[in-house]
Amino acid sequence: MSLGSIWFPLVMALLAFGLPSNRWRPWLLPASGLAHLLFFALGITAERVPADSHWLALDPLGKLVLGLISVLFLPCSFYAAGYLNRRGERSNRIFCSCLLVFLAMMSLVCWSQHLGLLWVAIDATTLASGPLIYFNRTPRSIEAAWKYLMVCSVGIALALLGSLFLAYASLHGGEESSLIFGDLLLHAPQLSKPWVHAGFVLLLVGYGTKMGLAPMHTWKPDAYGEAPGVVGALLAGGLANCAFLAILRVHQVCIAAGEGEYASRLLLFVALLSMACAAVFMVGQKDFKRMLAYSSIEHMGILALGVGVGGLGAQGALLHMVNNGLTKGVLFLSAGNLHRAYGDKTTDAVRGALIRSPLSGWLFLLGFLAITGSPPFAPFVSEFSILRSMVESGRHLPAAAFLAFLLVIFVGMGKTVLSVVQGNPPEGADQAGEREGVFTSLPIVMLMGAVLMLGVWIPEPLSSLVDSAARFLELKS
Amino acid sequence: MPVLDSLLIVVLLLNLFVLGTSRIYAVIRAVSVQGALLGFMPLLVHEKIGIQTALLSAATVLLKGIVIPRMLMHAMREARIKREVEPFIGLLTSMVLGAVAAGVSVLAARELPLAAGHAASLVVPSALATSFTGFILLVTRLKAISQVTGFLLLENGIFIFALLLLEAMPFIVEIGVLLDLFVGIFLIGIIVEHMNREFSSLDTRHLTTLKE
Repeated sequence: MSLGSIWFPLVMALLAFGLPSNRWRPWLLPASGLAHLLFFALGITAERVPADSHWLALDPLGKLVLGLISVLFLPCSFYAAGYLNRRGERSNRIFCSCLLVFLAMMSLVCWSQHLGLLWVAIDATTLASGPLIYFNRTPRSIEAAWKYLMVCSVGIALALLGSLFLAYASLHGGEESSLIFGDLLLHAPQLSKPWVHAGFVLLLVGYGTKMGLAPMHTWKPDAYGEAPGVVGALLAGGLANCAFLAILRVHQVCIAAGEGEYASRLLLFVALLSMACAAVFMVGQKDFKRMLAYSSIEHMGILALGVGVGGLGAQGALLHMVNNGLTKGVLFLSAGNLHRAYGDKTTDAVRGALIRSPLSGWLFLLGFLAITGSPPFAPFVSEFSILRSMVESGRHLPAAAFLAFLLVIFVGMGKTVLSVVQGNPPEGADQAGEREGVFTSLPIVMLMGAVLMLGVWIPEPLSSLVDSAARFLELKS
Repeated sequence: MPVLDSLLIVVLLLNLFVLGTSRIYAVIRAVSVQGALLGFMPLLVHEKIGIQTALLSAATVLLKGIVIPRMLMHAMREARIKREVEPFIGLLTSMVLGAVAAGVSVLAARELPLAAGHAASLVVPSALATSFTGFILLVTRLKAISQVTGFLLLENGIFIFALLLLEAMPFIVEIGVLLDLFVGIFLIGIIVEHMNREFSSLDTRHLTTLKE
């Protein structure tokens, strides 16, 4: 029953594939979203672990990511239904089926306790999301999908090699070679160190490609820029966090093997590189969807930074994962509305969004303030605790770099966002383009509400889940 | 395991052939022969051959040796593209690079701490060399199909390494890996078709609209 978050979307995907009505098919998405949330709630309340707990089990880390995916998918599914109903002329059979398979595979990532199964699930998310990116069938989206599939497939292949290296580390250590995380953690001190090192590098590069850490991020601006807004929201808020979860699991094995220091140094390096890269490309970015992709690269860097610092920083990173995921939902969905309202996504044509489509314009502006860490929104809280942990652990130089990058990104992103929302709309913009409906605006308002709420008050179940996940990650429970 | 090692030598020679040949059909054929050879290897590694090993072998031969090359050939025919591989660097240079990669792999395998029984075999060096060859193809070739063959070689290299770990990799995961590969190539084939329709070429140099 608790595995429903995996099989139910798969069943619905089959149903979506078989259903002939283009008009009713998208409504399977919200139905699946609701059921997924229900299954998640059942999964955390039922303390009994499933019988085959070797392979599939929900530990605190998995619970946190699965919960985030579930909470993000529900508003996105309503939005998708509203969006697809406007695209009535184009068949949405492949889109709906792939979106549901994508949801199922992300859930499988959260449940996986086996390094090989985790790999299969993450690769399957790539394959399921490829067709989503080129839903619009434009030459640009074909280019984006090609780059996405090739770059991510190669990256993920390296992660498979890294997984095999970890297995070999346990074989060489004289143990029965096993890829189940529980076994790896148990025998971690006996693991062969050179193989653990090589394996961690390959896994970081491989899953880092999927997560979009620099310098493996090259597919991200293209894919996020060309995909429909709702797909961008799920890639940035869901899929990127699945890849992050994989890196966390491997990091945990490194900590158990006594190589936490080595892993942390590498994480800090790619984290600061990602933030620097985002800062460079964010300045002067005219395409606001590509700008969001660079913002996602920046925040993936922040997550890696928090985990690399450890302690309070790891806790902050896990909270930031939730905050960033929800805020990215607000940004991508409202950016999608603006893109459709103007038929363009560059600041050359998109001006005066506050007048042309006030609701989406305001949400985009508020989302920008939230994601750049302005109080009282949620990302401020988590970014602040990551900063505090860096200062407290005496890492002053990275802390200074962190602040400098945040400042540059705030200014760079602010310039683009302000030129989108301010001023007067171009001539004729009022007639052309679409206006947002209930289903393409209310979900964004709810996500924005959640981002604001988490900034001022974190509900007890979430804070205790983040707490136990951070302790579980660093093996302190 | 002399049989396994001689098969691996053939694999290494195929790597060099792939780097040195100018005809893309020949590249695809070489990759398919290599894939089929890999399919037989699990039978040689296992002491007693169970139904799962046999199934895995059959699936690998079928997929890597027949189905995936067919799909690539089909995409080539549909696209009616030129049959040259159009490398970014000379064919001889890439062959030399491949030979250097093979040498480095042998040295690297000697440095890595290997379990008893693995040190003498060619499994680790040829796994690394085949992966490197895949990378060389991915980076230096301009045609979409050539890049896909590079990806296939990379996968082949990983498959060879996995021979050391047949016990750790459960059957279902192995099948999952193969299935993912199949779906991936299938999707890439579809995109190649669309790409050809939109750009009337498979040259990835046309894919330059999206950049900073």
